[in-house]
Amino acid sequence: MRTFAIIVVAALIAIPAAADEKLVQLKKADGLDKVEANCQACHSLDYIPMNSPFPSAALWDAEVTKMIKAFGAPIDEADAKAIADYLKKNYGS
Amino acid sequence: MITRRHLLGTAGAGAALTAIGLSLPKFTEVEAAGVELSPGVPTGLGSVAAMETLPGKKPLIKLSYRPPNYESPLEYFRTPITPNDQFFVRYHLSDIPNVDANTYRIKVGGEGVNGPVELTLDDLKKMPAVEVIAVNQCSGNRRGLSNPHVAGVEWGYGAMGCARWKGARLKDILDKAGLKKEAIEVSFNGADGPAVDKTPDFIKSIPVWKAVEESTIVAYEMNGQPLPHLNGFPARIIVPGWTGTYWMKHVIAINALTTPQGGFWMNPAYRVPVGKFPLVARFISQENAASTPITEMVVNSLITSHRDGVTVKPGKVAVSGMAWDGGYGISSVQVSTDSGKTWGMATLGQDLGRYAFRPWSFDLSAKRGWNTVMVNATNKIGQSQTSELIFNPAGYHNNVMQNIALVGV
Repeated sequence: MRTFAIIVVAALIAIPAAADEKLVQLKKADGLDKVEANCQACHSLDYIPMNSPFPSAALWDAEVTKMIKAFGAPIDEADAKAIADYLKKNYGS
Repeated sequence: MITRRHLLGTAGAGAALTAIGLSLPKFTEVEAAGVELSPGVPTGLGSVAAMETLPGKKPLIKLSYRPPNYESPLEYFRTPITPNDQFFVRYHLSDIPNVDANTYRIKVGGEGVNGPVELTLDDLKKMPAVEVIAVNQCSGNRRGLSNPHVAGVEWGYGAMGCARWKGARLKDILDKAGLKKEAIEVSFNGADGPAVDKTPDFIKSIPVWKAVEESTIVAYEMNGQPLPHLNGFPARIIVPGWTGTYWMKHVIAINALTTPQGGFWMNPAYRVPVGKFPLVARFISQENAASTPITEMVVNSLITSHRDGVTVKPGKVAVSGMAWDGGYGISSVQVSTDSGKTWGMATLGQDLGRYAFRPWSFDLSAKRGWNTVMVNATNKIGQSQTSELIFNPAGYHNNVMQNIALVGV
């Protein structure tokens, strides 16, 4: 019971959703865990499919860099690379 | 209403279209469950766009949940005033508090005033009231139609609305604090903020000449009602003629500045290349050699009576819509049924003021098969819409003339 409660709390922290925000399911592939762990702290994941599939690899790199440099997203280098790779492979052109 | 997509998906209709020699759709139709998206948006949008009902709103097209970005479907633009519950929602940052009107304060200050003052909502309402009917259009409206596509919220036609705004003049508010002649800009901050501290807060400024115009106001009413929460309750800035980026929602700080406002949202965000657009209103203190802040809206129009590709009965068809610009006023709207070779004058509807949507209508004679309808609005300083996209990296100012198809069957 206690374990269950902790899991529920963890889930709530992981997805700080608005009242009626539905889960946005992205393509299951390597790196999705990093995307889910980092990106949705600040924005819902629908931003990604919405901006697809037109971005080149360079544009996805630039977007990840913008999130870190311009918007201050606390993403470490390894995660940033995994996220960019995931976006390029699954939502790029 | 039957759309081209529905038509093409029906075997019988498909055969009928082939028989009358119809070509393939001009755009890849983007499929989304229960949503009619604007033609030309990125195909990926189809997997996430949905009709969703926010508190106090009719269904809007959800582009992103958080921050909330929801546009109005085409059908909501059939009246020159957009009802509050049909008005689009646009936020940059996801921490959006419910502001308590009783404890709400606007702090007016900055080095460009003699001394700071604080205003309550009641203080605002006691000041001389001004009403202005004005179009509030997101700078990025139609970004999704950019070709090539550019990154951002991929708006179709619906990131805009026109309302009757009531409030106190920004000039009168600044005068309470004693506006100095050294002031060059007036900046705004709203109660909404970022999810993480390091994200730049959304702060915007306008040149002082625009701030002291008669119809630049701090509005506490929208169409005779308090502002909806998601449109800026209890009060927001109204900058008639200029794009929505300056119309700060939930405004809590107004500062007169003697040096240019900095920050991400002034530069590099919300900028257009210098000299690319035929704009009169300039924001000189923020200009550099390459870019300048977006200012007034370009002249534009939208067909609201028919979606691209719908079927009509051959014979007389009344096509109608809205036209608007940056506040010079619409002088004419022309319609072409031969893709721009010849033009006819549309009839203009009620004039609700130079900042408002101007309704127009045009009776055309539809034939069996493919009919095209192209629209071009002109304003009172002689500016018209463009036939080719003026590409810019942020996808702003898309006023390419629509050219829709009506299928006579």
